Amino acid sequence: MTTDLVARFEKRFVRGPTIDVDFVQSTTGFSVTALIGPSGCGKTTMLRCIAGLTKPDQGTIQFCDRTWFSSKIKTDLSPQQRDIGFLFQGYALFPHLTVEDNIGFGLRHLTEAGRRSRVTEIIKQFDLKGLEQRLPRQISGGQQQRVALGRVLARKPKLLLLDEPLSALDSMLREQLRVELRQMLGEFQTPVILVTHDRVEAISLADRVAVMEAGKIEQIGSIQDVFSRPKNANLARLVGVETVLPGEIVETHEGLATVRVGSASLLAVAPSPPTHLVHVCIKGEDVSLSRESNDTTSVRNQLPAIIKLLMPEGPLIRVVLDCGFELTALITRPASEDLQLQVGLSVTAMIKAPAIHLIPRMA
Amino acid sequence: MEWGAVWLTIRLATVVTTILFFVGLPLAYWLAMTRWRGRFLVEAVVALPLVLPPTVLGFYLLLAMGPHGPLGLMASRLFGMRLPFTFTGILIGALLFNLPFAVRPFTAAFAGLDRTLIEASWCLGVPPFETFRRVTVPLCWPGILTGLILTFAHTVGEFGVVLMVGGNIPGVTRTLSISIYDSVQGLDYPSARQTATALLVFSFIVLCVTQWLGQRGETR
Repeated sequence: MTTDLVARFEKRFVRGPTIDVDFVQSTTGFSVTALIGPSGCGKTTMLRCIAGLTKPDQGTIQFCDRTWFSSKIKTDLSPQQRDIGFLFQGYALFPHLTVEDNIGFGLRHLTEAGRRSRVTEIIKQFDLKGLEQRLPRQISGGQQQRVALGRVLARKPKLLLLDEPLSALDSMLREQLRVELRQMLGEFQTPVILVTHDRVEAISLADRVAVMEAGKIEQIGSIQDVFSRPKNANLARLVGVETVLPGEIVETHEGLATVRVGSASLLAVAPSPPTHLVHVCIKGEDVSLSRESNDTTSVRNQLPAIIKLLMPEGPLIRVVLDCGFELTALITRPASEDLQLQVGLSVTAMIKAPAIHLIPRMA
Repeated sequence: MEWGAVWLTIRLATVVTTILFFVGLPLAYWLAMTRWRGRFLVEAVVALPLVLPPTVLGFYLLLAMGPHGPLGLMASRLFGMRLPFTFTGILIGALLFNLPFAVRPFTAAFAGLDRTLIEASWCLGVPPFETFRRVTVPLCWPGILTGLILTFAHTVGEFGVVLMVGGNIPGVTRTLSISIYDSVQGLDYPSARQTATALLVFSFIVLCVTQWLGQRGETR
């Protein structure tokens, strides 16, 4: 008796990487797992294999006590038999059907009356009142997304699969809908697997992240784990750590390691087991700047630096510094104005020791 | 105008269109969806009548339908009937000759359909045939209708195959286009002119309708 989704399979392509998946997710209650990775890494293929839209070459997919796919006993349930909900990237609303008929489309097992009451319920829950008779092209992108999600959840699926749920929207709407989407998903208590290439989306929607690269899941764990403690330098870059540089541990004392990076040295929490060669990972938001050095703070690393580049990025400013190695800081616009930052200015960069993540590296 | 020929022509065109609707739709759907590498072979066979002179197809059909040909033997053994110079004979000829006019527009319509819509329907628990009825056909109907209209119109104007296989028997195989040929042979120009005008007007109207449907299909 298991209550997990267990997917262990392989899908080969003539061109492109072999998808080799080993994935387990609990199906009791609500949890969101985000599959992230660069485009072409196989995340959508993995989702389609779980849905039954693409057939793996070998392996098994087991959902609780049901075998969805097994190359050994030649089982391959159709998407219809798997009781899943799949939200497509462009939503795939039926253009010839009204909002109401789109939502009721999959409720063929219900009576006419049962169908109508379920559709009314969904219309209310997804805030679509007044749009019942509109066609998909007559409503906005955000409304289309709600119709698509409502259509999928109306059938009360046992597993919900979302393929880039927000990528069809413009960026303003996307931010607003991220919060909304998480709330809507939470109301349904259905386990969710979601595919995205956007870190922010993964962080705000998921509890658990699986990072895929070249067809393999390289790391899986909580958001905190994956984004702050990536397993290797490549993953660190993938999950968006701004500074990833090779370094060398020269001394370890009371759990603190002195690391040589470029011509500077940093104090960081020593890795265990102890190693000599490391990758130094520093997230941009963990670097703060000040105009002069500060003796009163507990911050261990205070590095004299020169600003090489200032680049606005939405509400933040990306500051590229030279402090013996190239360091990137992300600071808020008001902070940048307070400090009157400009290219060429000398500042002090401060990084707390626990914010520096060391990954063992081969020579 | 020869009303017997009009009636026969309409009967032939209606039967051909109906049969090609049921045979052509699944064939076209398969052609549009399959990833089989040998697909081009089937497509070439379907398209053959577009380039083949009707007399060539008619000649081979006549041989096949003869007393020693495979079709002729089958018909006489199973149904005790002969095919050349009968309505069934010209029906078989017209079916083969009109295959591309039905299947090609159907295939184009299916191929233009966004596949994720079909997959979305499957993931909503709707079985393939019901998906075909509720999603594919409603979204592809301009293309399907175009195919049916072209088939009907093309059968009405069919000449070569019918003449080769069916000859010119009033009430049995003498269709409108053959009656024009016959009238001209007998130097009965007024009667030929009348039938020709009727066919010209009919064809023009049919093309207007299909073009209009095509436009509607694009703007959807």
